[in-house]
Amino acid sequence: MKNKLFKITEDRSQFPEKNADGKIDIDLSSHKYLKLWQGPQHPGITGNMALELTVLGDEVMHCETHVGYLHRGFEKLMERRKYIQCFPIVCRVAVPEPDFNEYCFASAMEELAGIEIPEMAKWLRTLVLEMSRLQSYLMWIGGQSGAFGSGIIGQWANYLRDLVLDRFEELTGGRIYHMYQLPGGVRGLLPDGFKERMEETLQTIEKFMGDIDKVMFNNAVFKKRSVGIGYIDPAWINKFGITGPNARAAGVAKDVRKDYPYLKYADLDFDAIVGKDSDIYTRADVRRKDLLLSIDLIRQIFAKMPEKGDIKAKTPNVLHWKVPKGETYSRAECTRGEYGYYMVSDGTEYPRRINVRGPSYTHAIALLEKMIINTNIADVAGLMVSLHTYPPEIER
Amino acid sequence: MKLKDILSPFTAWKHVVKEPVTIKDPQSREGAERYRGFHKNDIESCIGCGTCEDICQNEAIDLVPVDGIETKDGDSGLRPMIDYGRCCWCALCVDVCTTNSLSLSNHFTWVDEDPDAFRFIPGVDKKAWDNEEKGWKKPEPNYELYGTERVHMPELHAEDRDKSFIEFVTGYSKQQAEEEADRCVECGICTATCPAHMGIPEYIKAIRNDDLEEGLRILYETNPLPEICGRICTHKCEDVCSIGHKGDPLSIRWLKRYIADQNPSEKYKEILNAGNVENNGKKVAIIGSGPSGLSAAYYLALTGYDCTIYEKLPEAGGMMRYGIPEYRLPYDQIDKDINYILSLGVKIEYNVNIGTDITLDKLKSDYDAVFAGTGLHLGRSTRIPGSDHKDVFFATDLLREISLGKEIQVSEKIVVIGGGNVAMDITRSLARLQNNKFGKVDVTATSLESEDIMPADREEVVESREEKAIIDPGWGPTSIEIENDKIKGLHVQKCLSVFDESGRFSPKFDEKDTKFFEADMIVESIGQGMDIEYINPETRDQIEFDPRGRIVVDEYFQTGAKWLFIGGDIIQGPDVIHGIANGHKAAIGIDKFINQDG
Repeated sequence: MKNKLFKITEDRSQFPEKNADGKIDIDLSSHKYLKLWQGPQHPGITGNMALELTVLGDEVMHCETHVGYLHRGFEKLMERRKYIQCFPIVCRVAVPEPDFNEYCFASAMEELAGIEIPEMAKWLRTLVLEMSRLQSYLMWIGGQSGAFGSGIIGQWANYLRDLVLDRFEELTGGRIYHMYQLPGGVRGLLPDGFKERMEETLQTIEKFMGDIDKVMFNNAVFKKRSVGIGYIDPAWINKFGITGPNARAAGVAKDVRKDYPYLKYADLDFDAIVGKDSDIYTRADVRRKDLLLSIDLIRQIFAKMPEKGDIKAKTPNVLHWKVPKGETYSRAECTRGEYGYYMVSDGTEYPRRINVRGPSYTHAIALLEKMIINTNIADVAGLMVSLHTYPPEIER
Repeated sequence: MKLKDILSPFTAWKHVVKEPVTIKDPQSREGAERYRGFHKNDIESCIGCGTCEDICQNEAIDLVPVDGIETKDGDSGLRPMIDYGRCCWCALCVDVCTTNSLSLSNHFTWVDEDPDAFRFIPGVDKKAWDNEEKGWKKPEPNYELYGTERVHMPELHAEDRDKSFIEFVTGYSKQQAEEEADRCVECGICTATCPAHMGIPEYIKAIRNDDLEEGLRILYETNPLPEICGRICTHKCEDVCSIGHKGDPLSIRWLKRYIADQNPSEKYKEILNAGNVENNGKKVAIIGSGPSGLSAAYYLALTGYDCTIYEKLPEAGGMMRYGIPEYRLPYDQIDKDINYILSLGVKIEYNVNIGTDITLDKLKSDYDAVFAGTGLHLGRSTRIPGSDHKDVFFATDLLREISLGKEIQVSEKIVVIGGGNVAMDITRSLARLQNNKFGKVDVTATSLESEDIMPADREEVVESREEKAIIDPGWGPTSIEIENDKIKGLHVQKCLSVFDESGRFSPKFDEKDTKFFEADMIVESIGQGMDIEYINPETRDQIEFDPRGRIVVDEYFQTGAKWLFIGGDIIQGPDVIHGIANGHKAAIGIDKFINQDG
């Protein structure tokens, strides 16, 4: 059907005029350009971060990102803590997805110390990573639709996320910061009746996802504002270090779970979800499918995991655990892409250096500054959420 | 864009007629079974080891004194105070707790107008959740943050050791020692309990760091006999080790031995940076070369005193050499410790009996002060009928004869009366001698105390049995049957209890339940007495005695005769580590006394 209700924006690429080099001269004194700050306190920003926008009319001409508003110095802090004392810290690097931090930290330590964790612990870790993915996507989906003006999805998604957090509370003793994947294993078996309650939660989520499909994905407003906007060129993927759904929506099947199978992912049956249009809508769709994949994976884990088993390998005394000298990089696929911990040990009780590779660093700074040019101001929030960035991860 | 895309969002309206999903009153919502909520502490089982304080990365926990909880052996008397302005509820304090006393309840709401209320001592400050069953507890099973099982100490098998006096505990390898040292949580409960207050967590840390020279320096700060103590110490430290509450206590004694064994004696002076103290011109006489005398001599020599030890027997070491069998404490290891002390300029006169060869008055006039650590060498008798027979011996006498290299009487059937470590020593020594002489073992040890309260170390009892000695505890001797001037055996009756309700020695017997141990030789090992004949009456008048006849000394082991210091088994113990601690303290006392005097 020819679009008569909504008039497509005309080609604005002729504005502003370019100079002889093909570049734009931004001269604020001309009063043609305006500086506009989005953030650090702004509902359209995921967390505390500022975008210093230079706009011409309602179009973004230039953008500089500013971080540092919630810098807590995690990496430096950890150099002054014993390894076990870093364990309660790492989960705080990314609030919506503490488990990937816990996993990467623990597995890096285990690799350096040459510790193989028990089979049961591997299954439980796989389970919490998928549960974490599920709740993180639910948080994102509310933000994505909210950024385009729809509040209702956020209401539903928060409820659904709460149900997953209830399960986390049962399994790990905490709702947000789970502190479950201790170096050497995990901190508890599944409680009685956990699988049944989890299945009930999964069914509720599936039911609501049907509603979300109708209200969000099959919504003219959402489509209008997301299709064709925020295009990521597949050629940028390696150049900018783009990973996760942002890369997969561009048709590049990058998924650490598949490419470098860790824990029990090699025993699970799944394919990386790939899109092709690489715009906001496709990225949202890839995430929606990934969310449904997590539900499937949790069911597969329940079907395949053993009933009993040890949860922790024998480790040195945690109070003075000297991790052998060496360095390693441990990675996992989080909802935003490749999460990684680079750990250097000098053979003492304290880590020499821990570097956290959060996917938001590349997505929210280099990539965003490039993509945002020529975007309408009103789309900036939606674009940023579509990259699924998270500032605390940038400021470790 | 399709028409469906315009219409489908309106399906959201169906939720208007559904129940809202919001929880209306989150405060009354119960936390999950494992929820990490507010802290609880079982104040009775907590020992204030402070491991929770150590692991807390937020420094939210402080160990504080609590009214009504006294410091005692195995309990620091402190309890954790938690600051909820800092806590992040990671529950590592619970997981690492050595006694499992700390846990979290599933309560998670707490409103108070006083901000200081959120710094509280769980278990002491009463809270609504104190009796809540639900909440975080240490995960089970097979979940430990440190090793709870002791690294097995290699030993010779019973059949390889039961004929000889060769040392049967072979010692830890480097790997074994480091693995065992790794289990320490550095709580220091051991240091407080050790009579010599040795820096136990510190020297264990030196083992972990593979810095055994540092380890030796730490040992010598409080104990100049580490080879000896590393073998036969009564290890009160291990009895209170916090790891022992839910696992095996650390082998602190064997770790000490490991440090001493690994450092060669010729490097001691260099490692300990000794031998460069100037003589201060003061002289101290020491009577007896047992642990207290050697310890006093060592610390006095370090401060520049000219010390002379007078020893009655032909070799130094006192009970360590003449009371403890060689298979537990080889003579060359005694020599290693003693020779180092002598190398610092301490002189020793052998075969000199104070009181007969030299009088105490002579020592008083020749020296600035005198320290006496003459020990308990007199055997005590049961005084039952027949105990004056020539084939009834004291364990201490026999052990001394064995050490002197003399041949002692060994019969085919022997009964030992006593359940302490000395009784086990003589039992196992006699078993070895019987094995050599007759090719079989027939020695029975019987004690008043039943097996669960026998004073001997558990491993001594087990090892004695491995060496085919019979341990039959819980019997009180009544008489020794003698026929034609030959011992036939020992009559005993069942001992029901050894101590009365107030803990005083007052054994009760069942006279109807009797038994007869056949024997042709009997050894009594029920304790030892002191021999202080060498102290002349004038001096004795100055010394204070308590109602039970024991010498009263001050905290520096100074007696009423100010120039005379007495320590060792006579005052405390009896064991080596008390002697060492006494000697060290007395050395400080002597230094104070001489300097004030001068």
